[in-house]
Amino acid sequence: MQAFEYASPTSVKEAVDMLSSNWGETDVLAGGTDLISLMKEYLHTPKRVVNIKGIRELGGIRKSGGGLRIGATVTIDELAESAPVRAEYPSLVHAALGITSPQIRNMGTVGGDLCQRPRCWYFRQGFGLLGIENGASLIPDGENKYHAIFPHPPAYYVNPSSLAPALIALGAKVKLTGPGGSRELPVEQLYTIPKDNNSRETVLAPNEILTEIIVPSAKGVRNATYEVRQKEALDWPLSAAAVALKMKGTTISSARIVLGHVGPTPVIAGEAERMLAGKSLNQNLAAEAGKAAVSGAKPLSENAYKLQLTRVAVKRALMEAAGLKA
Amino acid sequence: MSNHHDELDEKTHPKGGFSRRGFFRGVGVTSGAIGSALITEDEAGAAQGAGAKAVGPGAVPVTLNINGREHKLNIEPRVTLLDACRNHLDITGAKRVCDRATCGACSMIINGKVVYSCTVLAVDAQGRQITTIEGFTSPSKPHPVSAAFVNNDAQQCGYCTPGFVTAAKAFLDRNPNPTEAQVMKGLGGNLCRCGTYMGVRKAVLEAAKAMKGGKNA
Repeated sequence: MQAFEYASPTSVKEAVDMLSSNWGETDVLAGGTDLISLMKEYLHTPKRVVNIKGIRELGGIRKSGGGLRIGATVTIDELAESAPVRAEYPSLVHAALGITSPQIRNMGTVGGDLCQRPRCWYFRQGFGLLGIENGASLIPDGENKYHAIFPHPPAYYVNPSSLAPALIALGAKVKLTGPGGSRELPVEQLYTIPKDNNSRETVLAPNEILTEIIVPSAKGVRNATYEVRQKEALDWPLSAAAVALKMKGTTISSARIVLGHVGPTPVIAGEAERMLAGKSLNQNLAAEAGKAAVSGAKPLSENAYKLQLTRVAVKRALMEAAGLKA
Repeated sequence: MSNHHDELDEKTHPKGGFSRRGFFRGVGVTSGAIGSALITEDEAGAAQGAGAKAVGPGAVPVTLNINGREHKLNIEPRVTLLDACRNHLDITGAKRVCDRATCGACSMIINGKVVYSCTVLAVDAQGRQITTIEGFTSPSKPHPVSAAFVNNDAQQCGYCTPGFVTAAKAFLDRNPNPTEAQVMKGLGGNLCRCGTYMGVRKAVLEAAKAMKGGKNA
């Protein structure tokens, strides 16, 4: 890893002031589980690292307006153990407990889960975020079995966040703070499609910090996450679905279905959501929703297997949310 | 693509006193040993309160509380907790294997929670209680987890063992009555390439029994 200056400010303003307005010059450190590996691989070579864990206001989970405000430096373990989270947000607890290992959950933060860089092996091996060489992406004809089945050329990597699909399904927002103040936006708007190898996959400015996640009340909202993974630990899921169902008795009044690890951003399965409205869930309907969720997918040469994994993830997440046996 | 710079970066300097490791390193490295020797008390502690003032990229004073003892160092901010312990303090129980927050051989306990010390900056571990395997078990006074590893043949080559024992201790401290399924999940952050998982699981269950009804060592 390249040598860097280090600072541990105690306020968001101080931290923002220490960040460069150009990408690559400074990095924000929280849990470090992604950043330190990126630096060891020389994928990030910041001149300065700004540790935000010493900023008290970025820690802790607070009840607010019926929902929760989750500080960016809350660890994944703290999130999964939090009583108010466990009471209303099983989809978040399940997604948090799916995150690789106890060590990573103890170190990694909620903000870091949302801001981690993609796991795409072309990116991680130094071919750039989009894996572009001589003007063309290496991925469509390359080793793409873990890549997107909802690609958005030139982006073929998958969004690595475990929490984002659940947060989007729950209607959560993120708060971003920069030199000009703060802005709040829905979690789905945090992610964007980069235009070239040097762009970023989030809308964060280089000197902006994700400071808080605002989750609305989930009273009466049945929610669940289902992940399909190759290994029980130490890896990201192959496919995941998070669902949030507003119910009237046994009838679904509205559904949110968000897919993880299948596209460069979390994928909102609109067609599947619409077909559930006004209906009572059963195994067949859940399976139909799973099919609808991948109807627009365009798998690559090696990853069509993810279609079935995603159908199953959607079906099982729906059944779990509705309290039915899959 | 520059993935092989570790040796160039992490110049490992012999520390002040003689040790077997220091000796081996001294044979290969003839650097001036400037950046990383143990320093006097007066110089230490500045990095901890660094606050909004940036320090580094050169060596900065760092104070680490490891196994109940304060250690004062002068190291670059990029030095990980694992490398600070192994290369600068001769605390070598935790092993450097994958160095990428995956294998668990470097497991240490910080403020009661198990972490990958290869992926914690030493400068960021200041002011916290760091426990390495040396802090809770020794050949003359083995922790129940260590004893159970021996009883159940829970190691082969041994590289992963300190990390496993440390992760198992942290796991049992939080889950004193685990099921086998919980043990599997709870130790999911550690890898053993020899495949001693069966023995490890049995050892952790045995240690849980041994630790019941009394304070562990």
